[in-house]
Amino acid sequence: MHIRGKVMKYGDNIDTDVIIPARYLTSSDPLELAKHCMEDLDPTFTQRVTQETVLVAGKNFGCGSSREHAPLAIKGAGVQAVIATSFARIFYRNAINVGLPILECEEASQALEEGEEVEIDLNQGVIRSLTTGRLFQAQAFPPFLQEVIREGGLMNLVKKRVS
Amino acid sequence: MGMTITEKIIAHHAQKERVVPGELVQVRVDLALANDITAPLAIKELKKHGIHRVFDPHKIALIADHNTPCKDIPSAENVKLMREFAREHGIPYFFEGGQVGIEHVLVPELGLVVPGDLVIGADSHTCTYGALGAFATGMGSTDIAASWVLGETWLKVPESIRFVYEGERQPFVTGKDFILYTIGQIGVEGARYCAMEFTGGAITALSMDERFTMANMAIEAGAKNGIMEPDEKTLQYVKSTGTTRQPLLYASDRDASYREVMTIDVSKIEPQVALPHLPENVRPVDSLSRIEIDQVVIGSCTNGRMEDLRMAAQVLRGRKVYPRVRVLIFPGTPKTLLEAEREGLVRIFLEAGSVIAPPSCGPCLGGHLGVLAEGERCVSTTNRNFVGRMGHVKSEVYLANPYVAASSAVLGYIASPRKL
Repeated sequence: MHIRGKVMKYGDNIDTDVIIPARYLTSSDPLELAKHCMEDLDPTFTQRVTQETVLVAGKNFGCGSSREHAPLAIKGAGVQAVIATSFARIFYRNAINVGLPILECEEASQALEEGEEVEIDLNQGVIRSLTTGRLFQAQAFPPFLQEVIREGGLMNLVKKRVS
Repeated sequence: MGMTITEKIIAHHAQKERVVPGELVQVRVDLALANDITAPLAIKELKKHGIHRVFDPHKIALIADHNTPCKDIPSAENVKLMREFAREHGIPYFFEGGQVGIEHVLVPELGLVVPGDLVIGADSHTCTYGALGAFATGMGSTDIAASWVLGETWLKVPESIRFVYEGERQPFVTGKDFILYTIGQIGVEGARYCAMEFTGGAITALSMDERFTMANMAIEAGAKNGIMEPDEKTLQYVKSTGTTRQPLLYASDRDASYREVMTIDVSKIEPQVALPHLPENVRPVDSLSRIEIDQVVIGSCTNGRMEDLRMAAQVLRGRKVYPRVRVLIFPGTPKTLLEAEREGLVRIFLEAGSVIAPPSCGPCLGGHLGVLAEGERCVSTTNRNFVGRMGHVKSEVYLANPYVAASSAVLGYIASPRKL
């Protein structure tokens, strides 16, 4: 599966409280949550994000609260994938479970700049900058998680097991 | 090669002789909990996929503690959804109203977790139960929903980091200061994906309440779990809950493997304050310039237990809250509040000019019951000081122990009780 998009870049330790502040957590509708995505960090985010955005961030992306509303808000906003140096572990699980593509790649997260055009081969974990031509290889997912991703999220797998 | 306590508990629940860090395993779950923010999402996921059964209703806990007493109509709808789900599946551990407390204070208090258990929760501070010698970790709603159906979950076995605390602590230094100091040393991702194993003579000397505080904040260093080997104090605590469940006592082998071993001399630790906007921005309280404050919050899953209230009351007894400052006290559970009333602490708090709030997560996550306005500063015994965490994006949260929170309330600026 291939994704194309334009980079929006953020720093280290982007926590789930800024991704989606708790005051909006009475809803779990991705489109509703998306209206407030990142607003405490970058009030321009919701105006600039498009259906072709790739988020690029530093280390420990998604730290803090376990709220699954965070990857839902990002996905609802139209973001195609998140590339980071590293992900906080709960966010990592949540993103896979809700079907938000994530890629762990320090090199790409450092090299890619705001506004760069990128193409991502999700199956191979290869990130290509269409602006500079540079190629990056993200960490591969363990086989079990590849299965979850292939099934389109954890609940589909659960449903298969119980039916 | 031996195993750590974390590896042993995971191996037991994976029905394996041994596990090694990095291995992916399927584990049986003893309890899977969710609150009024995360449970509705889990319940909706199940409904969406047409799944109408749970593995074992006794292994589910639903705790309406975040936006309760319900702050608005959507919050009330969320709790209603939990209530109906509990009724539909015969889930006995659904808590609201006069039964509800802050989940990570309530669950151990009721004896729903015992040493050796493997617990997952749709709340990042689920790691609190590591203080009992259990493996406990936070996940998201979908993972919890899956475990409700299957009775199990997948885990990557974490590497362990061993933190050895030795020495005698100074006055007004608590478990909160040990953990803040440690996060200051290793950073907010210093233990990412790892088990933080807390050990040493200074841990043995801590009360259970302080141990809960330490394990609670393991997530603030990015850890998967925080854990302590159970001892006499642990067993005493478990016995006091009246649980009939049998604890399984694990300890790390001497030749267990660690990513790192850190020794911390607690006699050198002063009361700590984490400045905005990360829990790793810690400073000794006495090194701070005069930081004037508007609000003080004492409570939460981090510091809402009896010991915490006693610490605050020790400082507030016979004193008055500084006129400009609002003090909000959140006892962890109804039982904590009742005990505080019996010991005369409620009177001390009220006479000092504090507000006694119901057991709720309330302002910790900027939900309700004490949200901050633009430019306001709050000293809080909670666990996170992220941008906008307790309210306005331009408000500030300073994390501290209950002594420091109470003395700051009296003085109107951040200071330890030594300044009184």
